[in-house]
Amino acid sequence: MPAIEVLNGNSAAAEAVRQVNPDVAAVYPMIPASEITEKIASLAADGQIDTEILTVESEHSAMSSCIGASSAGGRVFTAAAARGLAAEHETLFIASSLRLPIVSAVVNGALSAPLNQNTDHSDSMAERDCGWIQIYSENPQEAYDNIIQAYKIAEHMEVRVPVMVALDGFVTSHSAENTIIEKGDEVAEFVGKFEPLYSLLDTDNPKTIGSGTGPDYYFEHKRNQLQGMINSRKIIKEVGKEFGDRFGRYYGFFESYKLDDAEFALLLMSSSCGTAKEAIDRLRSRGEKVGLLKLRVFRPFPVQELKETLAGLKALAVLDRVLTPGSVGGPVFNEIRCALYDLEKRPRIFPYVYGLGGRDIRMEHFEEIFADMREGQTKTAETGAAVRFINLREEDG
Amino acid sequence: MSLKNWRKLTIGGVNLEPGSALKNITASFRSGKKPVFNPDNCTNCFFCWVFCPENAIIVDREKITGINYDYCKGCGICENECPVEKEKPITMEDEPVEY
Ligand code: SF4
Ligand code: SF4
Repeated sequence: MPAIEVLNGNSAAAEAVRQVNPDVAAVYPMIPASEITEKIASLAADGQIDTEILTVESEHSAMSSCIGASSAGGRVFTAAAARGLAAEHETLFIASSLRLPIVSAVVNGALSAPLNQNTDHSDSMAERDCGWIQIYSENPQEAYDNIIQAYKIAEHMEVRVPVMVALDGFVTSHSAENTIIEKGDEVAEFVGKFEPLYSLLDTDNPKTIGSGTGPDYYFEHKRNQLQGMINSRKIIKEVGKEFGDRFGRYYGFFESYKLDDAEFALLLMSSSCGTAKEAIDRLRSRGEKVGLLKLRVFRPFPVQELKETLAGLKALAVLDRVLTPGSVGGPVFNEIRCALYDLEKRPRIFPYVYGLGGRDIRMEHFEEIFADMREGQTKTAETGAAVRFINLREEDG
Repeated sequence: MSLKNWRKLTIGGVNLEPGSALKNITASFRSGKKPVFNPDNCTNCFFCWVFCPENAIIVDREKITGINYDYCKGCGICENECPVEKEKPITMEDEPVEY
């Protein structure tokens, strides 16, 4: 029988790691992810996992150690947050281009300045092109489920791409909810045994990992790397279904909430989706045809599936939890609008930015967005694709 | 030399052939000039051998015998460091560039 425990997102993530039992975890504490690393270190110290804990002096070192350990043939885990993920930037590219199936929890947090330890998606969105798969979690349950699936996706022989599992800082990482923890042996069986593709410790077969190349081969190597990401589309779907068949909770690229007959919809990621669902329920009870698309997988971006799901809408509001100065709306907005451009009949798509540095977004804000969308169809045409800010003080308050 | 297409590369660009760096003929980027060796005035002081950054000066039985054009990058350091004043044993000469 699975157990129901009251866990916050960090503890749920650590539970998944305990059950997956990686060979190596490189840990460096960074709020709000520190608790994950502390818990894993405790589990190792108590002999509950076989994991070798590397206490390193920075996140750059943490990811570098993960790259070394994974190259050596180990199953690897780390956790990062906000500024720490930014410190990993260079090494994230190395991990993905060496096709090392590392799994990292990313507890989303704002980037300085001003210094702010609360959540937004500035950190992981800044890493959207580093070649990692990105999966976003709404709550502790999803953080747990996603980390387990992440290993199976990353380690699949057709994929071999590292995976970030993101959860919102504090809102998810430090808020406790009922979380189903599956039986350890079932999880271990689901994830399977790790088979390294090329292990440095296999000294009978010497090899070089991370050698250099010139303009005559670099481009071909990058194209070869891309294939793993392309293949992951199929594997993410398969793993989400297999997880559902075994544990009862099914996962795809996204969750459609009351979208079937919807005319207006929201599209966002992670913890705020819970509030959005409540707002949609309230509007539905007043007869409004509204829905939500909760995006789970941002990389690879599920273009085809989104086209099929969103084509029938009148309008769609895309909410980004990051400010990308100088761009045409946030990264999720950009991808969505680009993905739907080819459709003959497509919804109007409006860019919103919300929740920076932990700023709250409440039911009434989602209701405002729907009202805005309904009348805004003409307004936005006049003003161009100006981003609208939700719950930002324009006047003293 | 035939170049492999992207499908033929290993996952992660892992190199499975020990010692294969020897096959990497780095001189492909030598452009325009190459050193030419003439043993007549060579004093075998070995300056060129010490200074060559590519270890491309060939030595045989304690004598300089030539240039290894597989690895010489055409930098001209050997000519510059050679202390012989007149009719230098190493001179940089024009070489057609192949692309
Ligand atoms: S030109 Fe440069 S690389 Fe070539 S032999 Fe002389 S010193 Fe060495
Ligand atoms: S530096 Fe000149 S003289 Fe000395 S060994 Fe080389 S070629 Fe001969």
